[in-house]
Amino acid sequence: MLTDESTSQYTIKELRCVKGGMPLIPVVEVNNVGMKYQSLNGEITALENINFSVEDGEFISIVGPSGCGKSTLLSIISGLIFSTSGTVFLSGEKVVGTSPKIGYMLQKDHLFDWRTIYQNVMLGLEIRKNVTSLTKEHAIKLLKTYGLYEFKDKYPSQLSGGMRQRVALIRTLVTDPQILLLDEAFSALDYQTRLVVNDDIYAIIKKENKTALLVTHDISESISMADRVVLLSKRPGTVKNIYEINLNCDNRTPLLTRETPEFRYYFQEIWKGLDVHV
Amino acid sequence: MSMSNLKKDSYSHMAQVLDISQEHKDYLHRVRMEKISVRVIQLFIFGIALLLWELCANAKIVDPFITSQPSRVFKTIMNLYEDGMLFHHIGITCLEAIVGFVLGTLVGTIIAIMLWWSEFLCKVLEPYLVVLNSLPKIALGPVFIVWIGAGPAAIIVMTLAISLIVTVLEVLNGFLTIDQEKIKLIRTFGGTKFQVLSKVLLPASYPTIINALKINVGLSWVGVIVGEFLVSKAGLGYLIVYGGQVFKLDLVMTSVIILGVAATVMYQGVVYLEKLLVKNKL
Repeated sequence: MLTDESTSQYTIKELRCVKGGMPLIPVVEVNNVGMKYQSLNGEITALENINFSVEDGEFISIVGPSGCGKSTLLSIISGLIFSTSGTVFLSGEKVVGTSPKIGYMLQKDHLFDWRTIYQNVMLGLEIRKNVTSLTKEHAIKLLKTYGLYEFKDKYPSQLSGGMRQRVALIRTLVTDPQILLLDEAFSALDYQTRLVVNDDIYAIIKKENKTALLVTHDISESISMADRVVLLSKRPGTVKNIYEINLNCDNRTPLLTRETPEFRYYFQEIWKGLDVHV
Repeated sequence: MSMSNLKKDSYSHMAQVLDISQEHKDYLHRVRMEKISVRVIQLFIFGIALLLWELCANAKIVDPFITSQPSRVFKTIMNLYEDGMLFHHIGITCLEAIVGFVLGTLVGTIIAIMLWWSEFLCKVLEPYLVVLNSLPKIALGPVFIVWIGAGPAAIIVMTLAISLIVTVLEVLNGFLTIDQEKIKLIRTFGGTKFQVLSKVLLPASYPTIINALKINVGLSWVGVIVGEFLVSKAGLGYLIVYGGQVFKLDLVMTSVIILGVAATVMYQGVVYLEKLLVKNKL
């Protein structure tokens, strides 16, 4: 990866060059990002010199050993916390705080059990003070499209794990973000449900035409959904490699992806790259 | 015609009954019977206790001058009622208890919110909270009387002093045990600290606050009675102290019984409130 200041500048210029008549500015651009945590016991470098960019409509997976700062990276991109060095750009604009362009999905669905499904879906709009007849209609439309309309007055405890995850996604989608950040968004589900929810969420993301960044420690999951896989090294996290995922698969779904011959190859490559020792 | 209708009705009724299996019917029956027998035995114990008390006092096995007896309690209530003093005393004590209880809960919750809002303030005030929590607040009674003057105001402050710190600690602890990820969720939508408070902290803390209310019901009665013991011209606590001093145990027993009823009614009120507020929790 490019770590040198001057070369990374060159990359930005290169990416911004005219392609097909339109200037191509990446949706997300992570530029030399580093993160240090201070504690009484000393300083921990969580991330160092992270560089990569994401283009419109791309699905990127970020994998790495546990504790390598994957989730920290997402928090930095979302503007929840600030990196101690480097910058993040969203469509060319520097990140200085949380942005309505970004939708964040956490590990658990965190649906509020004192709110109905509909009220849960409206949470983000309420916080952004954007509850209008138009956005309400949008919420209802999304609930209808993804088969949750009849549950809109039920409470989260009455829904299955997979359905709850879908509600959580709609809660994010209804604020109409351009980029979705998925932080281990499926790891709280059991394996079977997880495979189904992978397919489900992937289809929704593609249908709504969103750019997505998925953080996961599951190699198979990362390959099954992504166009590119970013591999982070162990702490301090740096970009060790970026894998282009090219699969021979018509009507791609995460589950079908797992049956392609290339899948094993990528798995082996990333596994070797992860370099896991117990 | 009418015969066939009747027959049809009884058939449909039978079908309805047949929808429930015999085992389930037996189960429902058992549950019902247990409920009834618990109630019957409760009433039985109450009745027997009253009867024994009355009979022992009549037969001079115990001295009714010291122990009083149900018929004397009833007579005392009627006397108080005829003097027009019954509801005066009950009213004053209940008013003091309710004002102290509501203030304790409100002020306690507000202080808890302030301590949550500013972690720095929380750290600064921690030792003071520890001291105030450990201190027996009753010791402050004479101070309040001198400062505020003998009267209902001093009693309400006494009640407040007893319930306030417990409420603060209970509610603050509730706030701090809320899942940080839920707060992160609000922040990912660009939510402010005030929105974290209104959208997550307070609704998620209803059960904790209700719990604090339940504790406060008991504590505020302690505060009121202690306050009335120390200084008062009316109220149930006053009647108890006065009755004790002039050896009118009838008056003491009557007041204690009325107190028990009033405190129970208030507690049930909080339980009812809990059902209203936390109904969505399964």
